Amino acid sequence: MLGLGAARLEADMNRLMALLFHQGVLDEQFMQLQQLQDESSPNFVSEVISIYFRESEKLLKNLRSLLADRECTDYTKIGIHLNQLMGSSSSIGAKRVRTVCLAFRAASEHSNWSGCLRLLEVLEHEYCYLKTKLHELFQMEQHRVMAAGARYHPALS
Amino acid sequence: MAVAAETQFHVLAVDDSRLDRMLIERLLKTSSYQVTTVDSGSKALQILGLQDDQTNSPSVSSDQHDTEVNLIITDYCMPEMTGYDLLKKIKESSSLKDIPVVIMSSENVPSRIHRCLEEGAEEFFLKPVQLSDMNRLKPHILKGKYKELHQQQVLQNSSITGSNHNSNKRKAMDDEISPEMSKTKTHKQPDSTVIPYITSFSFLTSFE
Repeated sequence: MLGLGAARLEADMNRLMALLFHQGVLDEQFMQLQQLQDESSPNFVSEVISIYFRESEKLLKNLRSLLADRECTDYTKIGIHLNQLMGSSSSIGAKRVRTVCLAFRAASEHSNWSGCLRLLEVLEHEYCYLKTKLHELFQMEQHRVMAAGARYHPALS
Repeated sequence: MAVAAETQFHVLAVDDSRLDRMLIERLLKTSSYQVTTVDSGSKALQILGLQDDQTNSPSVSSDQHDTEVNLIITDYCMPEMTGYDLLKKIKESSSLKDIPVVIMSSENVPSRIHRCLEEGAEEFFLKPVQLSDMNRLKPHILKGKYKELHQQQVLQNSSITGSNHNSNKRKAMDDEISPEMSKTKTHKQPDSTVIPYITSFSFLTSFE
């Protein structure tokens, strides 16, 4: 019975992953991260993603405040922040976030304040969606491990 | 020190992004490399023994000066000192210029790639770096190792008298040998690693 629960969760996870790939939210790089996780580094993916969340939120907050005053917007600083966010998004396979960063960077290079503001909103929305879905994935994985636990526990096998 | 049966090459990875440092470290460790990561070019130079100031910074342990670096992999876009600046400094240093350097960048800019390769970088990896990219590192490390072993053999075979300390021998070599053989490393002790397929360099066992 427990095995069935684990199988169902795994199927749900695969479906969610497929959806995220189809939507372009995640790309192949996310799968590469999974490949780097093993017994010697069992929490690698969640550690990397946690760092990504922490750093991205800091960057997004900074971007918000950099755009607070139309008259004294430092577009160079905005570019630097975006490069950082683009880099880390690309490193974890967050494709859509990275794409929005690209457009945002183009707007900042043209000192387009309203364009930047609009793109910041899109960016915040994309980031929020990504974070929500990744949290869902991690929760499903935790439940799957628990459900599969009784079946695969070394002491019971 | 006895010659170790197994090789574990040491890679120095330089990247200002914490996330990318985590990634490259995992990629390298998964590929059986010993890894040191630093967040700036200046810290990298400290580790390599090329400090601007004479005092040892407390964050750099003396152990690290004895650990040979077999390859440097660095991000291109870094504040203060870019990967290109770091590459230049390494190639300008007589003690470091033979260490293979690989550059990483998230942007595919042909002129940037060309500039780095011209300056002596072995390879240019586009980020995000993949596990398969790790396979491209070994040939560069082995090339460097072979050069080092070859020079040591020349040293052994030459009739230069003096102490057995490598640094003195190498200084003498610098004066005497022809230009094409003049690439020597003066700051590193040879470590105990051996390229698996070379079996006849018995002189290696004489190094303490």
